[in-house]
This record gives sequence, C-alpha cells and structure tokens, in this order.
Amino acid sequence: MRSTLVSLAAFALLAALPAWAQTSTISPDRIDAVIKSAFPNAPEDFKSRLLPDATMKDCTAHANNPPPAIAEAIQKSEAATIQYPPDGKFLGDWRKGEALAQSGYGLRFSDYPPTRANGGNCYACHQLTRQELSYGTVGPSLLEYGKLRDFKAEDAKTVYEKIYDPHVALACSLMPRFGSNKVLTIDQIKDIVALLMSPDSPVNK
Amino acid sequence: MKPRRMLLAAACIALILPFAAPAQDETEKGLEKYRQMLKEDPWSNPGFLDADRGETLWMTPRGPKNVSLEACDLGKGPGRVDGAFAELPRYFADADRVMDVETRVLWCMATLQGFSREQLTTKPHPAGGQPVKEIGAIATFIASKSNGLAFAAPLGPKEKEMAALGEALFVRRSGPFDFACATCHAEEGRRIRLQGLPVLAQPEAARKVVGEWPGYRVSASHVMTMQHRLYDCYWQMRMPELEFGSEASVALVAYLVKQAQGGPISAPGLKR
Ligand code: HEC
Ligand code: HEC
Repeated sequence: MRSTLVSLAAFALLAALPAWAQTSTISPDRIDAVIKSAFPNAPEDFKSRLLPDATMKDCTAHANNPPPAIAEAIQKSEAATIQYPPDGKFLGDWRKGEALAQSGYGLRFSDYPPTRANGGNCYACHQLTRQELSYGTVGPSLLEYGKLRDFKAEDAKTVYEKIYDPHVALACSLMPRFGSNKVLTIDQIKDIVALLMSPDSPVNK
Repeated sequence: MKPRRMLLAAACIALILPFAAPAQDETEKGLEKYRQMLKEDPWSNPGFLDADRGETLWMTPRGPKNVSLEACDLGKGPGRVDGAFAELPRYFADADRVMDVETRVLWCMATLQGFSREQLTTKPHPAGGQPVKEIGAIATFIASKSNGLAFAAPLGPKEKEMAALGEALFVRRSGPFDFACATCHAEEGRRIRLQGLPVLAQPEAARKVVGEWPGYRVSASHVMTMQHRLYDCYWQMRMPELEFGSEASVALVAYLVKQAQGGPISAPGLKR
C-alpha cells in the first residue's frame, strides 16, 4: 500500500519532468564513454572526476528536481558523510575565512602541483561583505548572515553543515560539497563559518 | 588590410580594459560603445587580422604534401567557404563523423596536407596575449565568410543525435565541484563574480551570443574559438583538459548551435 503510494507519487512527478529528462535518447553508457574519450590525458587521480557519484547521477536524471522519495534518500546519505570538528567548536578565524571566500585557487588542472591551499570561492556565487563589490549571484546574498540570525549557536552548526555538504538541506543544491568532496578541510570550513557568524566579521557590519 | 586602423582599434581596446574588477560596469559600457563603433566600421576589429591570416593559410600550399586547403570540403563542396560555417556542425561521410568547423579544419590539415594530427591537437589553444593557433585562424576566416547569415545546421539523424548528446553533456554533473554547464548557464540574470552568464539553455539567449564565436577576447587580447571557450569552461569545472576535436566538444557545439538556430552569425565577435 505504502509503496504503491510512493510509486504513484513518483510517477506523478516523473510526468512533470522537463522533456529532456524523459526523452534523452542517449544511453548513459554512451555518455560515459564519450566523456572518457574527451579527456584522454586525464592524470590518474583525475579519473574519478569523469563519473558522477550516485547523488550526482540522481540529480542529473531529475534535472536537479528529484521526487520526494529520492530527495530524502539523497539527503540521508549525504548527511552521513559530514564529519564534525573534533573539538565541537564551529567558529574559527573570520579573517582567514574572508581570504578563503575570495580565493578560487585549487583543483583546476593548472593548479597542479598545488602551491597553496584550496579556496572556497564563495564570492563567485554570493555577496558576503559590503566592501567586496565583485560578487556573483548564482547563490543568494549572505550579507548580515549571522546578524539576521541573532548569532545563534545552532545556526553556526547549520552553516557548517551547509558548507560541508549543501545537499543535506537541499537534495540537488548547485553549490559544491566543500567538505564531503574534500575541497576544504574542517578547519578551513570553521574559518568560513566564522566569517558568516561572528559579530565582528565584515559580513555582519 | 588597414594597419593604421588596426592600431587605432588596439589602442581603443587597451583603454577600455578593466583595471580592477569593480570597474566591470564601466568595461561593459566601454565594450558596448566599441561594439557600436565596430558596426560602423567592422574592419576595426583586431580579430579580422586573424581571419586574414586564416585566409592566407587556407590558400597557401603547405604541409608534407605541399597542397593548399582549397580541396577541403566544408560541406558545400571542395573549396567552397562562403556560407559553409552557417551549416556546421554536419555529418561528413568521408570521415564518418559529425564535425564542427575546427574539427573539420583539423581533419583537412591532417588528411589533405599531411600535418600530424597529434602535433595539431597538443596545446591547441593560445595562452593569453598569444595569437590564436593556425586552426583557429582558419576557423575565424571560415566563420567570417558566413557573416550576415543565420545558423542553419542540417538536422539529419546523425546531427540530431549529436545535438542530443551535447544536451545530455550540458546537464551532466560530475567532478569535485559537482558542476554541469547548466549550473552556470540555465538561469536568467546570474553572474559569476561580475561576469554575466548567458542562459545557453534558452534559444533567445543562445541566438545572441553563439554567432559571435570565434571572437576577439579583449581581456586576453586574442581570438578565442568555441572549442577554446569550452576547454576553459571545463577548466572552471575542475575537469581535466578537454581534447580538441573530441566527440564531446563537437556534441556541445552541435547543441549550442541547435539552440542558436536562426540566430545571426557575426564572427569574429568581440568578447569581454
Ligand atoms: C557555484 C555556486 C556556489 C558556490 C561556489 C557557493 N555557493 Fe553557497 N549557495 C549556492 C546556491 C545556488 C545556494 C542556494 C541553494 C541552496 O541552498 O543550496 C547557496 C546557498 C548557500 C547558503 C544557504 C543560504 C541560506 O539562505 O541559508 C549558505 C550559507 C552558503 N550558500 C554559503 C556558501 C559559502 C560559505 C561558500 C564558499 C565556501 C559557498 N556558499 C559557495 C551556490 C554556491
Ligand atoms: C562555474 C561556472 C561555469 C560553468 C560550470 C560553465 N561555464 Fe560557460 N561561462 C562561464 C563564465 C563566467 C563565462 C563568461 C566568461 C566571460 O565573460 O569572460 C562563460 C562563457 C561561456 C560561453 C560564451 C558565452 C558568450 O557570452 O558568448 C559559452 C558558449 C559557454 N560558457 C559554454 C559552457 C559550456 C558548454 C559549459 C559546460 C561544458 C560551461 N559553459 C560551463 C562560467 C561557466
């Protein structure tokens, strides 16, 4: 009974999917093969980048708008990937966080061998401070983020989780999984949390 | 050509170059003014120097076989360049592949002139400030010979399959940042930092920009081809180096051109 309801719901959602998601005539195997031959000189440790993991497969298949059952499954499995700071503290140094938010360095093929730490490149997609006018709008403005939340401790934890793995809050977020994909370290994420959540951070001035 | 005018153009462009990111709005205004100037005098676009270089490369006997490219069939018969770009990418029976302009020029240089395919596809794109490579210059020449025409790529079964493959690649997420092309090019009014993102998933937006490629890229002061643009977008996606002329690169071009079907060609365009 329950499973009939779920599959009915899934069916209804499937009908609402954009045309390409249903009618793509290209088999997944063909796509994977085409991708492999598009990057013949990929270094050994880049090869895993060519294939999507289960979450990315689901998000692509559903045009980033999965039916509730799949969304829930994604959120659950992504939540299990989050590692929390061993000292239980979520706020690092906002000054370092600002530098990380500015830096787009890291993981591009021209960034090897690495000469410095990866950045978070938050400004590429978000407004964060009034001083920085060169910000993108793929994500919402984060201006006064902590102030608007009264600097509550539980929000610092939520922000940590959002940066570590944005798919927990939104199954097919467009934002990178900075922690789960090992782009940023736990300490770097704490520094960025401080940028958003410290009363003395320029984000909240 | 008119070298005096080219110098003047280069000076104008240097003046509108951004000095700092917040000057971007000013840069856009400057670019717009410059685009207007170009409409009045299209020859002042420095990209036409590369189109000229491409024309010379096309006509000169070269390579181990010492022949020109005038026997190269771009789809409208050997040596016919006028209007050929407007009908690319298309299926070529001799190569048994769908090809875009750059892939076709590569094929002709390898099979007709005897150049090494491997040499042509190693480091195929120029670094900032360096002129576009030979294939790119020839592609710029070919594209400019379709100016004023609308994209009308044939849509037979092979070309259709290629565009569908390109669409599948456009929405496919992978890599350490989980990006797809659609992450940045599927929603209206979005920017990365201050750079506007054309909504290539929508025909109206695609028609406006796809016909400007190859384009003279002011910030790098060279002509950039479409394959180079895609290589750069995959770089931003933290993917490996996109192989020049790979099926994926042709499929993405086929998809973009299908989106831009009916839109005008004005190459080389002028890009940020
Ligand atoms: C490629 C674009 C992109 C990048 C880079 C990016 N984000 Fe996001 N971010 C988004 C989008 C899109 C959303 C809104 C959808 C969602 O919540 O996932 C978002 C949402 C958020 C939210 C939730 C906002 C709310 O209303 O609660 C936070 C917090 C956030 N991002 C922080 C960051 C930080 C910090 C960084 C850098 C370490 C970052 N983002 C990098 C695209 C991005
Ligand atoms: C992380 C963001 C991002 C991703 C992902 C991305 N692009 Fe882009 N793309 C950009 C930016 C930014 C520009 C504009 C650059 C500029 O203004 O100089 C651009 C420009 C372009 C242009 C030229 C548009 C014009 O104005 O003429 C094309 C075509 C394009 N991208 C195609 C693609 C394709 C195809 C993919 C996937 C293979 C892709 N992009 C993935 C950010 C992205």
